[in-house]
Amino acid sequence: MDLSLIDINWQVITPQIILAVFGFVLLLLEAFLPKDKKGILPHLAWIGIALSFFFSVNLFGSGFSGFNGMALADNFALFFSFIFLISSFLVVLLSISFLKREEQVRGDYYALLLFATLGMMLMASSFDLIVIFLGLEIVSVSLYILSGFRKKDPKSNEASMKFFLMGSFATSFLIFGIALIYGNFGTTNLEKILFLAPFSGVFAGASEFLLYAGIGFLIVGFGFKIASVPFHMWMPDVFEGAPTPIAGFISAGPKAAGFAALLRIFLLAFSSIKPDWTLIFWILAVLSMTTGNLLALWQTNLKRLLAYSSIAHGGYILIAFVSGSNSAISGVLFYLSAYILMNLGAFAVIISMGSKEKEGTDLYKEYAGAGLKNPFLGVFMAIFMLSLAGFPPTAGFFAKFYIFSSAIKSGYLGLVIIAVINSLISVYYYLRVIVYMFMRPSAEEVKPVSIPFSLGLVILLTGIGILALGILPQELLNLAYNSIF
Amino acid sequence: MPSLYHYLSLSALLFCIGIFGALTRRNAIGILMAIELLFNAVNINFVAFARFIDPQAIVGQVFTIFVITIAAAEAAVGLAIIILIYRQHKGVDVDKVNIMKW
Repeated sequence: MDLSLIDINWQVITPQIILAVFGFVLLLLEAFLPKDKKGILPHLAWIGIALSFFFSVNLFGSGFSGFNGMALADNFALFFSFIFLISSFLVVLLSISFLKREEQVRGDYYALLLFATLGMMLMASSFDLIVIFLGLEIVSVSLYILSGFRKKDPKSNEASMKFFLMGSFATSFLIFGIALIYGNFGTTNLEKILFLAPFSGVFAGASEFLLYAGIGFLIVGFGFKIASVPFHMWMPDVFEGAPTPIAGFISAGPKAAGFAALLRIFLLAFSSIKPDWTLIFWILAVLSMTTGNLLALWQTNLKRLLAYSSIAHGGYILIAFVSGSNSAISGVLFYLSAYILMNLGAFAVIISMGSKEKEGTDLYKEYAGAGLKNPFLGVFMAIFMLSLAGFPPTAGFFAKFYIFSSAIKSGYLGLVIIAVINSLISVYYYLRVIVYMFMRPSAEEVKPVSIPFSLGLVILLTGIGILALGILPQELLNLAYNSIF
Repeated sequence: MPSLYHYLSLSALLFCIGIFGALTRRNAIGILMAIELLFNAVNINFVAFARFIDPQAIVGQVFTIFVITIAAAEAAVGLAIIILIYRQHKGVDVDKVNIMKW
């Protein structure tokens, strides 16, 4: 191949390049900066994220493509970039006081956070299975390290090991699927697959088998990454063991990135053979919702509860894959934007309530009466829980509403009924948190906690965001609708 | 002259051995080795397809190089994590690393 024919167009990945540069600078500063000056590292991290966000906004609407069609800066990719950048911005803010509390102010933590964000943006902006795989691995490897960041904590080590073993096991399924699809079409470019999918493959004879086996392996691989039942086992353990800001990060960004890649692969490249894979997503959606919600009922640890709730929310999002209409896709975009806000908000409250000694327990009963002693935390935790449960006028309500209504329009009434029943079950365990915070007398003397500025900012921003999206959802929905591929 | 089917059978066999190893091994290093087998099964697939299917024969080979690189990166991170586990538990038996359940 003549290399001069390759159309590179660096402009397409400027936001990613900025993150990479800032990540490497952070790594270097970590090595050479004296210990008492390391306080500036988190500020460098959020400045990098903000710069990257600025360039993403500039690219919005351009629709550039580069690297011979491997990378794309269409609105879909950029909308997801906004989601990733906002979530990692919030996670950087969460981490500042958390790491100070842990006496672990280190640059590599923020560098890995930036690299993970970069990988997620690559996943969303890629138009080729190679780049999707590459992005996914950048995210995964960074997260394996981050979830074991509390090196002396056995729980954190265990979380890291389980995450690594299951994650790389799942990755091998994913690339096996990609190999079979490559064997069927002779290409890994999604645009070419889109054209070739209606016809039988290049490899005559066993083509049907290759394609469907490949799709099956892909679903297994991505099922692990988005933690849909029955591939969810890693998530509760990782949430419980990982440092709390990282648990919040895993629930927001990488999950959204997995959905971005899934949307591109299934609702774009394989859209012509949709009847063949709809049933699989139907089953995954029902299993994820039901199992996630039922297991969440028994949890006593708040972080594990949020893990199962995250699995259940993944199930709601999978409904959109079954209906597959344009309004369903924009519903996914809206859902994920609302979801990162409410989930990171809830994690911010958990971090504010915790302390260095208690890190990793986060039991319900420790929250008894805390809402009255800390009205700020209590009120906002109530907002986050109501939004996760899907009450109006919060963003969670409209997120569910758009996905469910698009499924009804596509004729999947049974699925929506199951989903609504599941939402009702989930109300029980979300409201239990609020009941504990406000209506149970505290067992021991609960002192009002002092909230660091950065944590208070996150709680305030996410809370206001949820209410704003709940009262005026139209703006974001229009943006989401203009961002589908 | 081996045909594509021979390579695919070899790859499928290797993949099955890898899955079996990853599911039955109790030693973390053993699981890591089984996962490397899985990656290599995929590599055989890619190279075989690149040779027999893809006229340009470039995508499969490029993908293989990516897979090899990433497998190396994963192994590095994985061994570091396993060393952490070894320090905590004085062993790498995954059954004994089980504080968190349900």
